[in-house]
Amino acid sequence: MSEQQDSGGPGRSTGRSPWHWLLIVPVIVPLLTFLYNGKNPYFLGFPRFYWLQLAFIILGVGTTTLVYRLTKDRGDRS
Amino acid sequence: MRAHLSEIIISAIIFLAVAVIGFLAARWKRPASMAHIDEWGLGGRQFGSWVTWFLIGGDLYTAYTFVAVPALLFGAGAAGFFAVPYTVIVYPLVFVVLVRLWSVCRRHGLVTPADFVRARSGSSTMALLVAITGIVATMPYIALQLVGIESVLKAMHVNPTWALIVAFAILAAYTYSSGLRAPALIAFVKDMLIYIVIIVAIIYIPYKLGGYHKIFDSAQTTLSAKKTPGSTLLGPANQIQYITLALGSALALFLYPHSVTGVLASRSRNVIKRNMSALPAYSLLLGLIALLGYMAIAAKVKPIVTDGKADTNTVVPVLFDQMFPHWFAGVAFAAVAIGALVPAAIMSIAAANLFTRNIYVEYIRPDADPARQAAVSKIASLVVKIGAVAVILLISPQFSIDLQLIGGVIILQTLPAVAVGLYTRWLHRWGLVAGWIAGMGLGMWMLYQIPNPATNHKHFGGSNFALSKWFDPTSIGLNAKTTIYVGLVAVVANLVVAVIVTLICKALRTPDGVDATSPDDYTHDPAEARPEPVSVPRQPGQGTLAGDELPEPAPTT
Repeated sequence: MSEQQDSGGPGRSTGRSPWHWLLIVPVIVPLLTFLYNGKNPYFLGFPRFYWLQLAFIILGVGTTTLVYRLTKDRGDRS
Repeated sequence: MRAHLSEIIISAIIFLAVAVIGFLAARWKRPASMAHIDEWGLGGRQFGSWVTWFLIGGDLYTAYTFVAVPALLFGAGAAGFFAVPYTVIVYPLVFVVLVRLWSVCRRHGLVTPADFVRARSGSSTMALLVAITGIVATMPYIALQLVGIESVLKAMHVNPTWALIVAFAILAAYTYSSGLRAPALIAFVKDMLIYIVIIVAIIYIPYKLGGYHKIFDSAQTTLSAKKTPGSTLLGPANQIQYITLALGSALALFLYPHSVTGVLASRSRNVIKRNMSALPAYSLLLGLIALLGYMAIAAKVKPIVTDGKADTNTVVPVLFDQMFPHWFAGVAFAAVAIGALVPAAIMSIAAANLFTRNIYVEYIRPDADPARQAAVSKIASLVVKIGAVAVILLISPQFSIDLQLIGGVIILQTLPAVAVGLYTRWLHRWGLVAGWIAGMGLGMWMLYQIPNPATNHKHFGGSNFALSKWFDPTSIGLNAKTTIYVGLVAVVANLVVAVIVTLICKALRTPDGVDATSPDDYTHDPAEARPEPVSVPRQPGQGTLAGDELPEPAPTT
């Protein structure tokens, strides 16, 4: 997953906007067990292990939505 | 017994109503002719954001998931919660990959992942390997959906055998006549029911059990008192397992043929991108459902015992049976049973498409037209479902659970050919084949050595491989009992071998296959407005590409 293969000059959609790199954040963060492998603080009766991992869903949705909006026009037919 | 009778009647009524919807689906967005593999097998490639959301949601978050994930937490604690990080990271991970796959398949009229590999690598051998891997990985997954239905039937004390056969016969009939439109339409009903049941469950059950804090405390006490102690947190030995299982499962999810079918049925690139943001709603649902496992512990649920073995897959149905009024338990059971039908239908369609496109057309009847392909696919989907029922009833459900674990490991071995192939053509076709053999071999060898003490099996008892079999984990600062997910190790080996063999082939100037795709195929995006053909007149000269030559949906007015 490295080479820049797409031909097509500037202005043409290549599906390779640099904004896509933002997507790495919600892929890495939920895998960092040290962030959430504990009980305190509790939230609504949930230990941190559970509420924080559920909160990562918001991180994922937020990032993909942001990237979608930032790349939408360029990702469409151009 | 009277209590179970009302549950049985309510779930049977809902189940039959859904079957009627399945048959009516053939008329939905009706094409001029259903006799085309794009119509039967991909619903006409026209689904918009909402339909796609329900379809893929119903496809990925199966009844078995809803039954098995809480069962994992019930039995082992925190390790079972891997399903949440898994289904969080998968969408950003495949966000860019899937739109490229969609574009190239649209441009070239491709239907299956193996079709893509055929076009990209120019290797019919690799395409065949991908097709067989896909079919073998999908079959036990279909069988597992039956395990989901079975758990509900057991909770209602119904003899599962005949009920299962009837349920699958109905499913087979409407999939045969309506194709992918049936699960797409049923998915609406299924998800409404599931969302209602779960929202009620996560408020009402904790209310009756004294709140979440109490539930977690009670789960911790019970788990740590077990013979093999569990915990509501991860221990030093299972963190690597948790991470690698979440990552490996996420990488595998969209390599499954049924996920690809759901993606290719959508109308445009933007529909897929929007869904990558919206599908995590199901992950929230799954996370909350997972906690039903702890609620079952707190409610002192006893799993139903069949043939002397406690079946932990029954904890959620038994919990519903204990906590809910009978009529609502009936609704909940119907939701789980219907939840099994949607993925089972899509999976059987995906497996049938693989057989038709990559075995039948490739090796038996190369001149088969799309109508003939649709006819073959319809029959293949019947065979697949009969096979699934036979495996469950004749062999044992445990067999399909073990096979499904293997399925995740083997489907990951198509990653270099499919996912890497979407980005670069650098890997040589023989590199891909060699990598696949290496990954499969290593994966099988590792799985063979994993025992399952719970079922007394010496081999193929799980997917967590103890590192101590290879070296002393304490020498690199890890816990002595550290385990790792087999699939991820195998796919790394696969990639390494693929790269090495590619280098060798290039050095020896071994002829590579011909790439039938061009770089701009991967960003191809026909007009988003396709389902309103009235406003987008077809221009002469367009439609010379296979993917654009689909029959237009009939005007609705």
